[in-house]
Amino acid sequence: MTPVQAAPDLRVNLGGIAMKNPVMVASGTFGYGPEYADLVDLNQLGAMVVKGIHLEPTRGNETPRTFETASGLLNAIGLPNPGFDGFVKTYMPFLRQYDVPVIVNIWGRTVDEYAEVARRFNDVDGVHGLEINVSCPNIKEGSALFGTDLDMFRRVVDAVRARTRLPVIPKLAPNVGDIRAFACAAEACGANAISLINSFPALAIDAETRRPELANVTGGLSGPAIKPIALKLVWEAARAVSIPVVGIGGIFNATDAIEFLIAGADAVAIGTANFTHPGTAMETVRGIAEYLDRHGLARVGDLVGTLAA
Amino acid sequence: MNRAETEAPPESPPLARRIVQEDGVVVEHENFQGDYRLLRLQAPAITPLVQPGQFLHLKAPHAAESLLRRPFSIYQAADGVVSILYKDIGRGTRAMTFLRPGETLNLLGPLGTGYPLEDRGTFPVLVAGGYGMAALYLLAKRHPNRGIAFFGGATPGDILCVPEFEALGWEVRVTTIDGGLGMQGKVTVAIDAWLAEIDETVRPEFYACGPNAMLKAVGDHALARDALAWLSMDRNMGCGVGACLTCVQKLHTEEGGWTWARVCREGPVFETRRILWDEEKAT
Ligand SMILES: Cc1cc2nc3c(=O)[nH]c(=O)nc-3n(C[C@H](O)[C@H](O)[C@H](O)COP(=O)(O)OP(=O)(O)OC[C@H]3O[C@@H](n4cnc5c(N)ncnc54)[C@H](O)[C@@H]3O)c2cc1C
Ligand SMILES: Cc1cc2nc3c(=O)[nH]c(=O)nc-3n(C[C@H](O)[C@H](O)[C@H](O)COP(=O)(O)O)c2cc1C
Ligand code: FES
Repeated sequence: MTPVQAAPDLRVNLGGIAMKNPVMVASGTFGYGPEYADLVDLNQLGAMVVKGIHLEPTRGNETPRTFETASGLLNAIGLPNPGFDGFVKTYMPFLRQYDVPVIVNIWGRTVDEYAEVARRFNDVDGVHGLEINVSCPNIKEGSALFGTDLDMFRRVVDAVRARTRLPVIPKLAPNVGDIRAFACAAEACGANAISLINSFPALAIDAETRRPELANVTGGLSGPAIKPIALKLVWEAARAVSIPVVGIGGIFNATDAIEFLIAGADAVAIGTANFTHPGTAMETVRGIAEYLDRHGLARVGDLVGTLAA
Repeated sequence: MNRAETEAPPESPPLARRIVQEDGVVVEHENFQGDYRLLRLQAPAITPLVQPGQFLHLKAPHAAESLLRRPFSIYQAADGVVSILYKDIGRGTRAMTFLRPGETLNLLGPLGTGYPLEDRGTFPVLVAGGYGMAALYLLAKRHPNRGIAFFGGATPGDILCVPEFEALGWEVRVTTIDGGLGMQGKVTVAIDAWLAEIDETVRPEFYACGPNAMLKAVGDHALARDALAWLSMDRNMGCGVGACLTCVQKLHTEEGGWTWARVCREGPVFETRRILWDEEKAT
């Protein structure tokens, strides 16, 4: 009798966050959950990262806020959000119904604001981790600096780390000279994991009107257009640190996700692809399991960082 | 005001609405009129859920570089088949022109909050430009009352579906900028003429879909007569389901300020009093 081969073990421990599989949804691309609840089974997600939360409600940018480019999407949404109180009251009861870790993406305009929003989440039941958005390219009042200035970056991660009991995941900006310096700084400041990349600063122009396509002029590029950039940065960062890495950038299917795992990511997050196909994350989970099976790998961790280079 | 005799009872507004993702199969795709094409899709899960003024968000095949779906108002929905009328204006709609019967394309729908169907004892006035004639067809069919429809366009080729609306029991008046069909000028010229004709006891209620300037003009007419105007707003979209915050429109709040609303979820239809037009000063 041949033994029945066990299904591959997809579980991942992301710096203290126990996930049933390595596939998350990226901040800002899945709302707060209810938007997609009709269409997909949220319980199949490895983790859910909600849209960036600030202390106070924020309106965000004027329109147009997004523009489609070749194999990409340019966005300058401007971080509209219901604020800490609004989020906790409106969305946490919904999110607590699911057996999926909730990671809250947080941002501030000053180091103190980051620290304060982090502190407030200590008392919120059902939040499993904080992702620090230091890399949003859209806010003029300083966030761009947090992501690209190493000293500012350290100050934010330190301040958040000092105020929260939750696992902390700084999300790195791609437009830096040496990504390893930021990855190592995050680790040194006590981050439990890192995620990368955020969207890449970019510009689209309407030649006829000679005007920018976005009201904010510049935006962040996402989608398949940035995938090779993201893979290279994940590969570099993952080799520089020993904390887990979440790979993000242009993942549209299981093969894309597997490439990130091979490059050294312990988990992945699906962003823009959610807009195209809401079930991308679930299909990616199935595709990874099938791949591990086909390659005779027992655990998803056996694939991580296996680039033959 | 005539009661519609032939139609099924109007459905209640989409309170407990549901969104479905479904592969639609092309059953018919042909030139409709002017620059517009008719695309009919077999979509048995979506069809019975459709309310007037809702839309489909579809992923055009043959456009690999184009990531986003495109929104289209639902023109007809019956017997498991939904249809849209669309115009080729860019890369997504260009790619759609190659669709052939038997092909599938992925649909999300029905999306958005459409037109109200309540009988308020008013006289329904439909106002359409561009694809607005398609967007208002289901309302014309399912509204408990019959009234008048105003269709405006640049040339006669822009005027769609007149016989279809007449067959449902609506009076249709047409305007074209070039004067090639109906009255010459903008649609408001015909509306003004009609408002001057009708007697004081007629209480109009407007339902409109078309270019922004037309919607604003309809809204202003409604305000001047203390009437309601339900306007379907057109905004570029990303996700179509409320997650990305691309499609937002400014609305007045009761406290005198303003807030964003998602055209794909709270809209596309808003009553004119709620809309904060771009040219108004937002504070
Ligand atoms: C709720 C809703 C219902 C709609 N219903 C219909 C319908 O029934 N029939 C129909 O033909 N169209 C309809 N549209 C418009 C349709 O979605 C656009 O024509 C389509 O998305 C254009 O895609 P594209 O790739 O061909 O053009 P793109 O390449 O994306 O754009 C080409 C040019 O058109 C502009 N553009 C793109 N989208 C729009 C838009 N929504 N409004 C104005 N300009 C735009 C772009 O800025 C660009 O300059 C609807 C839009 C909305 C929001
Ligand atoms: C519309 C939109 C909104 C986003 N909002 C946020 C946000 O609020 N916080 C954040 O950290 N990243 C945000 N992002 C970045 C994504 O989480 C992700 O890092 C990026 O899009 C790259 O992944 P992708 O190519 O799979 O989309 C947003 C991206 C998009 C497209
Ligand atoms: S299109 Fe994404 S919120 Fe409306």
